[in-house]
Amino acid sequence: MDIDMVLGLYNYWIVIVLMMTGFYIVIARGNLIKTVIGLNVFQISVFLLYITMGRVDGGTAPILHETASADQAYSNPLPSVLILTAIVVGVATTALALALIVRIREDYGTIEEDEILILDRES
Amino acid sequence: MIEHLPVLTIAVPLIAAPLCVFLLNRTLVYLFALAVCWATFGMSILLLDQVLESGPISYELGSWPAPYGIEYVVDYFSAFVMLFVSGIGAVVLTYAPQSLNDEINPSKHYMVYPMYLLCMTGLLGICITGDLFNVFVFLEISSLSSYALISLGRSRRAPLAAFQYLVMGTIGATFLLIGIGLLYQLTGTLNMADMAMQLADDHDSRTTLVAFAFMTVGLSIKMAVFPLHTWLPNAYTFAPSVVTGFIAATATKVSVYAFIRIVFGIFTPQFAFDEHALDTFLVVFSLIGIFVASVAAIYQGNLKRMLAYSSIAQVGYMLLGVSMHNLDGLTGGIVHMFNHAIIKGGLFLVVGCFALRLQSVRLEDLSGAAKTMPLTALAWVLGGLGLIGVPLTAGFISKWLLLTAALENGYYLVAALMLASSLLAVVYVWRVVEILYFSEPSEAAKSAREAPWSMLLPTYALILAILVFGVWTTYSAGLASEAASSLLGGTP
Repeated sequence: MDIDMVLGLYNYWIVIVLMMTGFYIVIARGNLIKTVIGLNVFQISVFLLYITMGRVDGGTAPILHETASADQAYSNPLPSVLILTAIVVGVATTALALALIVRIREDYGTIEEDEILILDRES
Repeated sequence: MIEHLPVLTIAVPLIAAPLCVFLLNRTLVYLFALAVCWATFGMSILLLDQVLESGPISYELGSWPAPYGIEYVVDYFSAFVMLFVSGIGAVVLTYAPQSLNDEINPSKHYMVYPMYLLCMTGLLGICITGDLFNVFVFLEISSLSSYALISLGRSRRAPLAAFQYLVMGTIGATFLLIGIGLLYQLTGTLNMADMAMQLADDHDSRTTLVAFAFMTVGLSIKMAVFPLHTWLPNAYTFAPSVVTGFIAATATKVSVYAFIRIVFGIFTPQFAFDEHALDTFLVVFSLIGIFVASVAAIYQGNLKRMLAYSSIAQVGYMLLGVSMHNLDGLTGGIVHMFNHAIIKGGLFLVVGCFALRLQSVRLEDLSGAAKTMPLTALAWVLGGLGLIGVPLTAGFISKWLLLTAALENGYYLVAALMLASSLLAVVYVWRVVEILYFSEPSEAAKSAREAPWSMLLPTYALILAILVFGVWTTYSAGLASEAASSLLGGTP
């Protein structure tokens, strides 16, 4: 693996690092809010993956206008459009998760998962 | 009008859902949602009828030709799954009002029905769409609404169960999204049929393999395959009875549908089973899941949790059928989706009747309830027979097909283990029967009354369907075998 490959794919490296960071937070957390943050980081890494794959070297936004030359390259807009949908889904998930956390806190008085489990065992 | 049926089946419940919120009157909202559900069921019947008459339908959304536009595809398989999803949706909603009155604060009812409709829309959408990204979107529509529905349970543990499901479910859906992204990168298309064609000569690339792995694991979480099932018992136990009835009957089955579509429709069985031994893994995990979950079900003191574990075991049977990848096996897997949907739907509705009258679903509170609630108890017995797979019930048909398929492939050990696992089902079903019929009535059971007719009738509709489809298989096993042979490329 030479340096060009490492630098040339650097978007993908960021995607992988973010993905693993987010995934690790989700698995290793004890605090429900932190879980949601981890989930968000994880989802955002996938958004980056999509945006990266739509990008064409030297490409511009795919808008036709008179001054554009015939051999002008355009980036693929479809992944960005797909990711708009996925972002909406992500926002909805986060909102729902936070609403659930509010209710959990009202009922248990804590948002630490281990404390909740202890409370459940006692009841 | 009739040519727009595919999109109407999705659009009607989708548009009706937000309208529900504006009808502030509880009864009005319910009647509206009920009408929409039955209309959707009617449209699914018409769709199936059309498919039977003139073959698969392809509908181009907004008249954009596939593969550029989004395509809706109705073939035997999707019409069959849509039929029972919308049918169970309609029956469960008919059953719903009294049970919801008891379990959810009436001032919140007008929010329950829209979410129910959205959940059904999502599940139907997964079935009908021919576009892979659409599968993800519909999966999230159904999942988000089911998280919200589960969190409405009476116990304070319901929001926590919903939260745990949300975390697992989102990871699963995001895995699916990664897989879709990689496939799009490889093929430049999102249309499933087009993608399969583009991939046909690109099976060796690592990207295909990684995409395949991500999608399999993502959907396995949604299907609750052992060992990714951990979200399911709590979610089913703490959700309101009506919600459990609907979700348990449909959600995991639709995920199995999506899985079958992706394996057979995009990657082809050669890639999945011959080159990458997915079948071995599926058989092993399904069998472990069947045994672990069935044994766990035996030791549960809560009726809902027992059925939840049993659901995990039953998903194992469906996947066993898929992993056989011969005609009988796949037919068995598909028909078990249908049979298990009516069986588990029916049984959860029975549990809802007990929950209404006894205010508990713990086994000790159920003791002797057969004396005061004979019809509900009888429904449990009939549904339980179906779950075990006794001849003349629907459960027998699917287990028979699976057994034939296992013997055909020479999987004698698998066949023997499947029979043995049915005995475990006998144990947990019988445990409840014994408590219902042969123990001293508990305080709650003594003063209980029979469940109201408005709930018993829908329950019996599903329970009797178990018996009907155990004898008359034209529209269950018959359709499933059509679906299976078209998935296997028309060569039985």
